[in-house]
Amino acid sequence: MLGLYLHRDSVIHRLGAGVKMGGLLAATLAVLALPGALGALAAGLLGLGLLVAAKLPVGRVLRELRAPVVMLTLLFGCQALLAGTGWAETLAAVARFAALILLATLMTLTTKVADMVDLFERLFSALRPLGVNPAKMALMLALTIRFIPLLAEQVREVRMAQQARGVERNIAALFVPLLVKILRLADDLTAALDARGYDPTDDGRHT
Amino acid sequence: MIELRAVTHVYGDRPVLRDLSVSIREPRVAILGGNGSGKSTLARMLNGLILPSSGTVTVDGLDTRTDGRAVRQRVGFVFQNPDVQIVYPTVEEDVGFGLKARRVPKDEIARRVTAVLDRYNLTRYRHQPAHHMSGGEKQLLAIAGVLVLEPAHVVFDEPTTLLDLRNRRTVIQVIRELPQKAVVVTHDLDMVMDFDRALVLEEGRVVIDDVPAVAVPAYVARLG
Repeated sequence: MLGLYLHRDSVIHRLGAGVKMGGLLAATLAVLALPGALGALAAGLLGLGLLVAAKLPVGRVLRELRAPVVMLTLLFGCQALLAGTGWAETLAAVARFAALILLATLMTLTTKVADMVDLFERLFSALRPLGVNPAKMALMLALTIRFIPLLAEQVREVRMAQQARGVERNIAALFVPLLVKILRLADDLTAALDARGYDPTDDGRHT
Repeated sequence: MIELRAVTHVYGDRPVLRDLSVSIREPRVAILGGNGSGKSTLARMLNGLILPSSGTVTVDGLDTRTDGRAVRQRVGFVFQNPDVQIVYPTVEEDVGFGLKARRVPKDEIARRVTAVLDRYNLTRYRHQPAHHMSGGEKQLLAIAGVLVLEPAHVVFDEPTTLLDLRNRRTVIQVIRELPQKAVVVTHDLDMVMDFDRALVLEEGRVVIDDVPAVAVPAYVARLG
């Protein structure tokens, strides 16, 4: 699954998560502020340069961008048809978002989830006065990333079990056992977190 | 020492453990029994994941009811399915999770993670996603994630059930070489033959408590 950390020995990988996040934010603002496709072009070239500098597989990363680009084209194409905006403007919008997705992908490919979680924990700590527990929010982020492939595996497993019993397409037949599996998984995960020393009352304040 | 005194546990109105009193001092103890005999519930009681409906469980003098967190620091737990206890996407991050949760300094985490990955031949997977590993490798990763915390005791809940022959052998060797005391819930009778003691549970009661050379044949005979 592309999008997860891909280990390489590069300067980009060694940069702090905060620096990369700040850079991504600055690039986003610049792309949105610059007129037409100029910002997109600059961000796209920057992204390609950084991909090479990070020693990442350029072709593979670009191929993974095809799906979001198709989706964006459909979205902005509909907008152009319905709202009557010009096609040049539509293409510029698609290019802008594609360039930003490239930069965001670069961030996740070169930053360990643990480092991103640390960063989010620091950022969320500003929300502590509102009752937000930054440690919990950060763990939630890590678990979401970790469990996406596991849930996909569970869907595949249930679907194959249904097909083996002659059920080809039936949402209820897929949904009910999947829900049971997910609830059981959540139960076991809670026990595992407990067993591994996670303290739900720890709000991330370092002592 | 792990000690259970008059432990009874009930799910709804179904008793799972009945008035159990056992002291565990030996380095290697097996818990055997059929499905629904109460083995897994007993295992989870040993580190306070489940509290008894009545009676007490103590680990080195700490009560699981009042000192749950301290007990879990002393007793590591390895689940049957490693997928449920792998929390972070990559191997290195996951092994470091428990240490991070205990706020161990970063350089100390790096040192201990490196040592444990090296010890269990997982160094080559260090930066790899855990979901790309085989079942056996995931089980080793789960064990590494527990052992990096340096517990005094480790409880294994059916650690070889999902493994092929080669990985089963590896995990058995790992358990054999552990410096910690280990309690192993299992159906794998060959595995426990060189253990110090075997308890056989039936309907929530200990029906056999002896060295494996005596307990295992007696258990097999009971099965008929």
